[in-house]
Amino acid sequence: MNVGSILREAARSLGANKLRTGLTMLGMVIGVAAVVLMLAVGTGAQNQVNRAVSSMGSNLLVILSGSTSAGTLRMGSGNAPTLTTGDAEAIARLPTVQAVAPTFPGGAQVAYGINNWGTQVLGVTPEYTSVRDWPVEAGDAISETDIRSATRVALLGATVVEKLFDTEDPVGKTIRIRGQPFQVLGILKKKGQSLDGRDQDDSILVPITTAQSKLFGNRFPGTVRFMFVQAVSQSATSAAEHDITLLLRQRHRIQPDADDDFTVRNLTQVAEAASQTARILSLMLGAIGSISLVVGGIGIMNIMLVSVTERTREIGIRMAIGARQRDVLLQFLLEALMICIVGGLIGIAFGVAGAYAVGKAMQIEVAFSASVMLIAFAVSAATGIFFGFWPARRAASLRPVEALRYE
Amino acid sequence: MAGRFIEVENLGKQYETSVPGTPPALQSVTLAIEQGEFVAVMGPSGSGKSTFMNIVGLLDAPTDGAYRLNGEDVAGFSTDELAHVRNRVFGFVFQGFNLLKRITAAENVALPMVYSGTAGAERRRRAQELLDKMGLGAYGSAMPNRLSGGQQQRVAIARALANRPQLILADEPTGNLDTQTSEDIMGLFTELNRETGVTILLVTHENDIARYANRLIRFKDGRVVHDGAVVHEGAA
Repeated sequence: MNVGSILREAARSLGANKLRTGLTMLGMVIGVAAVVLMLAVGTGAQNQVNRAVSSMGSNLLVILSGSTSAGTLRMGSGNAPTLTTGDAEAIARLPTVQAVAPTFPGGAQVAYGINNWGTQVLGVTPEYTSVRDWPVEAGDAISETDIRSATRVALLGATVVEKLFDTEDPVGKTIRIRGQPFQVLGILKKKGQSLDGRDQDDSILVPITTAQSKLFGNRFPGTVRFMFVQAVSQSATSAAEHDITLLLRQRHRIQPDADDDFTVRNLTQVAEAASQTARILSLMLGAIGSISLVVGGIGIMNIMLVSVTERTREIGIRMAIGARQRDVLLQFLLEALMICIVGGLIGIAFGVAGAYAVGKAMQIEVAFSASVMLIAFAVSAATGIFFGFWPARRAASLRPVEALRYE
Repeated sequence: MAGRFIEVENLGKQYETSVPGTPPALQSVTLAIEQGEFVAVMGPSGSGKSTFMNIVGLLDAPTDGAYRLNGEDVAGFSTDELAHVRNRVFGFVFQGFNLLKRITAAENVALPMVYSGTAGAERRRRAQELLDKMGLGAYGSAMPNRLSGGQQQRVAIARALANRPQLILADEPTGNLDTQTSEDIMGLFTELNRETGVTILLVTHENDIARYANRLIRFKDGRVVHDGAVVHEGAA
């Protein structure tokens, strides 16, 4: 008795009962597809959040001027202009601080040729691009000379480039910001969405001095709206927060019992909270996936158990005409194997296709991991094979007369 | 010395049931069957005739006594050896045909040869040859449920003959068939017995069927109450 003819016997048996084979396979397909889909969505969401977090820049603190009550970046006009370029220089000298990027933002209409677009213009220093981890992709960065001379130069975000320029290379061209001519110095690398879903690429960087004196006209020369501070390390962010508060209170001559006229926010905490949320989300989807795996496994178990048990009589007939126990077992093992392998592969294909469809329909990112597919496949296949094999083993160990009597 | 073909001694079978005091299905059965015999086993239902056949056919094991096949005690056989005997030495024909429903008639006939390791081409040739012999040469690719009862039983007989057995065990082979078909099937058995010398053990409760045999064994309450030549009385 050779394995080849048993293999053909198993294939023939599967082909002879297509409904039973199909239903059994369906259990396998659903189990595997559910896990692959769940985890693809979960991992994708986690990746998306992680990228938004890292796009913020690392070890960041943000210092807001004026209002102590407003805990957000939205600084309404009329807020006390308490932060100055001098503060920034002093903070930069603190040992816990790596770099400071004072910022003076404003909204502006920009135009090139017949195209125009309303966007955010940020007055920044050369440190900004490194602090925000936002490199210049083409052209040059803003230099110290540009700051000193308040030159009219600009770095464009990817969205602005897209809105103003069709196919032309923007570098070296002259655009108009609030009607004033600015030469495009370079293009910023695409950064994607921020944690709150804003398009970070919809912005223009200009020298801070240009923004202060020429673009937005400032009643209080030398003031900035907020600054990004990069601490020397992640563990130094709390110390830096403390140092900055002490330094600014001293520089602003704030009495011990008076409130701060600035706000320091530690963005690493925000980033951590966001990452943790993503981790929990991913964990939850993983848990749902595991439950699908268990439910799918129970489905596979049931259908295998039923379909093999109802074949007890067939096993009896096969034994009566001379099949040995191992012939019967090998056949049922091979049948279970074929069902599980084919069902598992179809399940992976459905899971991947389904995840793509969900990603497309809901505009979310999906990510696949080979280990997840392998685990889903292995667990389902092990369940299927065990519950395909075990009842066959039970039937084959009966006396033929008992198996034949089974109805 | 090879010993006699089939020899049972004090054979007994007690089923495990929840009802205490149930009489044994079979007790103290001692008899022998020689090669080439055509034996009919009769008795009312519950008399132990089917139990006897299942034990002789190695589908079931006795709880008492000895069963020697060609002089060898089958109690010492492993499950693989039992399967080998069922495959090569015996051929079964059942009342309910017991064909596999989902495969063709020819595949059913070829199945014992799958387990005896016969090559595929030879299996198909032999299956066709046997179907031809049963007058079913054109039905090889038919599914069993497309065939009449008589045709199905012929397929089952062809399957029983696949590995050229020494003994055919037929348990009420005509139980589900009409009179005319029954006579045809019995004619077939008689012919096989005469031409190939195959031993036939036939279980039936109909006298008309039993009279095709040469020897009659009657069971009652698990015991043999008659064992002798078939008396072909009153030629009509």
